[in-house]
Amino acid sequence: MKVLVAIKRVVDANVKVRVKADNSAVELANIKMAINPFCEIAIEEAIRLKEKGHASEVLVVSIGPDTCQEQLRTALALGADRALQIKAEDSPEPLAIAKLLKAVVDQEQPGLVILGKQSIDGDNNQTGQMLAALANMPQGTFASDVEIEGDSLQVTREIDGGLQKVSLKMPAVVTTDLRLNEPRYASLPNIMKAKRKPLETQTPEDLGIDISPRQTVLEVTPPPERAAGVKVGSVSELVEKLKNEAGVL
Amino acid sequence: MGNAILVVAEHDNSQLKGATLNTLQAAVELKAQGAGAIELLIAGQGSNAVVEQAAALPDVDRVLVADAGNLAHQLPEEVSSVVVNLLEGGDYGYLLAPATTNGKNLAPRVAALMDVAQVSDITEVVSADTFIRPIYAGNALAKVQSHDALKVVTVRTTAFAAVAETGGAVEATSVDAPAALGVSSFVGEELSVSERPELTSARIIISGGRGMQSGDNFPLLEAVADKIGAAVGASRAAVDSGFVSNDMQVGQTGKIVAPDLYIAVGISGAIQHLAGMKDSKVIVAINNDEEAPIFNVADFGLVADLFEALPELEKELG
Repeated sequence: MKVLVAIKRVVDANVKVRVKADNSAVELANIKMAINPFCEIAIEEAIRLKEKGHASEVLVVSIGPDTCQEQLRTALALGADRALQIKAEDSPEPLAIAKLLKAVVDQEQPGLVILGKQSIDGDNNQTGQMLAALANMPQGTFASDVEIEGDSLQVTREIDGGLQKVSLKMPAVVTTDLRLNEPRYASLPNIMKAKRKPLETQTPEDLGIDISPRQTVLEVTPPPERAAGVKVGSVSELVEKLKNEAGVL
Repeated sequence: MGNAILVVAEHDNSQLKGATLNTLQAAVELKAQGAGAIELLIAGQGSNAVVEQAAALPDVDRVLVADAGNLAHQLPEEVSSVVVNLLEGGDYGYLLAPATTNGKNLAPRVAALMDVAQVSDITEVVSADTFIRPIYAGNALAKVQSHDALKVVTVRTTAFAAVAETGGAVEATSVDAPAALGVSSFVGEELSVSERPELTSARIIISGGRGMQSGDNFPLLEAVADKIGAAVGASRAAVDSGFVSNDMQVGQTGKIVAPDLYIAVGISGAIQHLAGMKDSKVIVAINNDEEAPIFNVADFGLVADLFEALPELEKELG
């Protein structure tokens, strides 16, 4: 079984982003970039499935400008077998991404597609579900555990009240939640080896997909600042203020 | 394409969940901007009690009920067929769902099947086609205009007030449930049971972080919580350290909350945690590190050892 993993290059999770002065977007110049954390978990899960003998090949795909080859190489160093970059200059919307991935699914016929549940830049939480719809596959979103049993996939999902377990007929789409696994680090020999692994590029035109946007971002603004309040000296002063000043107790 | 609003109800077949009421408020605001009637879809099985609750909602113009065995657990593969069926009728300009795990699971699947984009997790309705939504974990707000004739939108429930629950009297209409796809099935559920209020709807929340040192110390928080009817939450650091289970996590990757009072105990205030609670009306921080970033957002800060402060707080509230 082939496993397809989709990954995104995003601002490193430890960077505090700033909005550009003209309120057009978030400042991305000279900012440290990385694989989206949920996508790292997706890569790790695919590699573990290969190590357990469930997957024969792990193909990793990213959609973006040539800079995203850096993240694809990292995925190869972590253990993916092949990489595919679909060239796109501006960050396409999730629907367009899902259509591109659907075209890759048609080409590659994976038994399982793993994606992060959301990217930490756009926070959309859409692509996996959209891909599942377009590819006519069942979806196991926000997964905290994945087990393969024959041709079905047992997925434990993190839902609002606790956990839910579903059984999906493969091929299926899984999106990762934080607790699915703890991603490994790439070793130096594997980073060297990854340089010789195949990295192919295609364009949306090659795949016959129109990626023109359906939405316009009119403005990006910083959130309202919350002013720091006062320090209180004791628990009794705190309770007094909550009761009488804030009126919340 | 019509202009009516289809809202997907959040329910568990026995009770209409509060998230529905907040989502309906976004629908009310869209209607004020010129959108059409508000129709509430209840997809499930044996959900009569939910239908009754829905019929009493004064802001709902029509209640639609899809009742079938394959909808019992509201799996998105099955529910999306029902929703797409309705949308293809052409009466709707909007599909709204709460940005709960259910809504997030379903809405993008429907959007893709309808070949339209989705606007996720809106916190404000600006106009009939324009919304505000947080990006980068709430570190920026994007004003997004949708150009699709059908707008699929998920609603951040804490950003909208709940609509009134009583006073309406709407007839419920039954709608078709297409044949089961059968590609997915429900196996089981482990829902956490607690006497305390749910995090996402609690008026007061008290949360513990890494400073709690161990899950064995969480009863100190619970004792305070029970004095004031609060829900108990945790930071990602506390969850990742194994102190408590992950359904208690407040933060960008956990629950987004906005109670009247949020008490952060032993929580440093990482960006990821702040993103989940910074819209709370009043924030209290108790931490022994006076440099902790949580104090920058707290209305009231107490620099103290939480192991002394918590028992004292419990006593003061007695």
